[in-house]
Amino acid sequence: MSNSHTTAMQSGQTLGRSQAMVREARHLLFTVTPGAAWIILFLVLPSVYLMAVAFMTNGPYGLPQMPLSLESFKQLAGFGFLGWSPGNIYTLLRSLWQTFLATALVVIVAYPIAYYISTCREKWRPLMLLAVVVPSWTNQVIRAFGWMNLLAPGTPLSSFAETLGLISPNMGLYPSNFAVTLGLAYNFLPFMVLPLYAAFEKLDTAQVEAAQDLYATPFKAFWHAVFPQTLPGLLAGVVLVAIPAFGMYVVPELLGGGKGMMLGNLVATQFSGGSNWPLGAAGAILMLIATFIGLFAMRRIGKRLGGGEEVVI
Amino acid sequence: MTDFTTAVDATGRADSAAPSGEDTGEQSHLQRGASSITLQGLHKRFGRDAVALDGVDLTIEAGEFFTLLGPSGCGKTTLLRILAGLEEADEGQLNIGGKDVIDVPPHHRSVNTVFQSYALFPHLSVRENLAFGLKMRGMPAAQREQKVAEIAQFIKLGDLVDRRIDQLSGGQRQRIALARALVCEPDVLLLDEPLSALDAGLRSQLQVELLRVQKRLGMTFVFVTHDQDEAMVMSDRIAVLNGGKIQQVGAPREVYERPSNAFVARFMGHDNLYRVTARNGNRLTTELGELEVEQDGGGDLVLIRPETLDLKPGHVEGVNHLHGRIAERLYRGSHAEFRLELAGTTLQAVVNNRGKHMPDVGDEVTVLVAPEDLVTLSE
Repeated sequence: MSNSHTTAMQSGQTLGRSQAMVREARHLLFTVTPGAAWIILFLVLPSVYLMAVAFMTNGPYGLPQMPLSLESFKQLAGFGFLGWSPGNIYTLLRSLWQTFLATALVVIVAYPIAYYISTCREKWRPLMLLAVVVPSWTNQVIRAFGWMNLLAPGTPLSSFAETLGLISPNMGLYPSNFAVTLGLAYNFLPFMVLPLYAAFEKLDTAQVEAAQDLYATPFKAFWHAVFPQTLPGLLAGVVLVAIPAFGMYVVPELLGGGKGMMLGNLVATQFSGGSNWPLGAAGAILMLIATFIGLFAMRRIGKRLGGGEEVVI
Repeated sequence: MTDFTTAVDATGRADSAAPSGEDTGEQSHLQRGASSITLQGLHKRFGRDAVALDGVDLTIEAGEFFTLLGPSGCGKTTLLRILAGLEEADEGQLNIGGKDVIDVPPHHRSVNTVFQSYALFPHLSVRENLAFGLKMRGMPAAQREQKVAEIAQFIKLGDLVDRRIDQLSGGQRQRIALARALVCEPDVLLLDEPLSALDAGLRSQLQVELLRVQKRLGMTFVFVTHDQDEAMVMSDRIAVLNGGKIQQVGAPREVYERPSNAFVARFMGHDNLYRVTARNGNRLTTELGELEVEQDGGGDLVLIRPETLDLKPGHVEGVNHLHGRIAERLYRGSHAEFRLELAGTTLQAVVNNRGKHMPDVGDEVTVLVAPEDLVTLSE
């Protein structure tokens, strides 16, 4: 009697549990499926396709063909009909160097801005952040044209640079690698200001006073009490700036001139000019690998500076 | 000259403390810094209208537990920040340990602060927090470690030193903040409402602990609070501030029992203030009736402390015998608080429960006022 009672109860429990599991599964199905489908359809499949293309042969009209080969990677490394040329290697190195310069410039400009906004009255802060973000609501191409007008030969800035002897007469600051650095930095400034501001805002100003009270000079108070606490924001900003800057197409295309090409332009040309899809795909893969290496390095740096904490995503 | 006297005072206190306490072993390594502080004519205003300090003169003795007490906005925190060097005075002089430090930046003052928010560095471990001041002063790592170990033992931090800041409770943070300041062996320790963020039980426990630390070190402590009970428990002397001015300086008993004006009386929790309309020798005519005082200090108010009153049932005639009716009784076990109606006004009385008859609401009673417990003061 009691035995059968227990069994009934157990089966009741099992039933309840399986019902819960079904409900859980249905819940997952509805919440996860749209996102997963989106990612598979528009990220995973195209990436697989791109990788496949990179290992195919270039056809007569620039479209990929069988058989599979490593031809495009050889071309990317600089081996062409006329023997080896360093052009693509230079483009890669230039991309890395421009990314480094632009990121450094953004850090130098954004750090004081973010600090200043965090010290402003609370009611003004959203407005000031908006002022930082608003330019990025304008089309990239239009902003690049704006810089052309500012830096072209004969403009006040160019004349000033000439007077200082920084550039040869009538050369102008645009087109040049300098213009590209400036354009990249300008473009990605908000991506650094926002995470830095978030870090500064969390900071208790009493900590700065505490550091000074504990015999730190103003500089030491900054270095030991403030800077380490803004590091997560800084590194997040570096990742947010450096990755898109590395793959940037518009800015080097418009401001760089013939010698300002970056990896993004190399890839784009292979597809748009219809000249060589496999080479373009190989370039895209190279960009992906470089980005992953960069991210990995940032994680390591973040972990070391953050005292073993995960600082970078 | 002053330096010398300070040094003597400090050693004197240290020596006298040594034989009495059982903690002599613990205090042997920590150096007891104790400096006197002199303030003269300190003025500070924020913006055009907000006057924070309006001419403050004050002398704080070496080794004293000195409390700045007052409501919010009275200037007590500003005064403390000027002592720390975190705020600059507009006018006035400041001497710490006989040295004029008014223009000395905070990182060159041998003064440390326990902040209200504790201001611990969240990116550093407890151990690194404790060593921060020593590191900034350029002490070698080995020596720092030793000092940190000493202070950890002194404040009984135990295994807290190996935790991260975000793993600590409020009370633990408070103790770390105290240890972080003490390990620097300052001449003066400043405490800005260090216990205000804690719940009542923990608070009274830490009050006792703080007091013991101060007595054992003989260090000059300047403590800021808005809580008069806390001020009375802790302090050797209290300065009551209001509107940027010092209202009264004195030992807790003086400030509580002989407030120098109505503000101090009210702030210390007294409500029984009555207008004096006429005086004839030691006999005052007041709102409550004729009252005889032992010492008439002048002023148009008389203060009757509720706990000095005695209640007798019925109508008894005599000098300083007032007659009224119980309007309210709050029974608190160890004592009871009464609100009496008499002479068209009210009077608070607190009577200890000695197990005798306790009057009830509606009873007619006679209130006995001792002439020596009356204080006259002005608004």
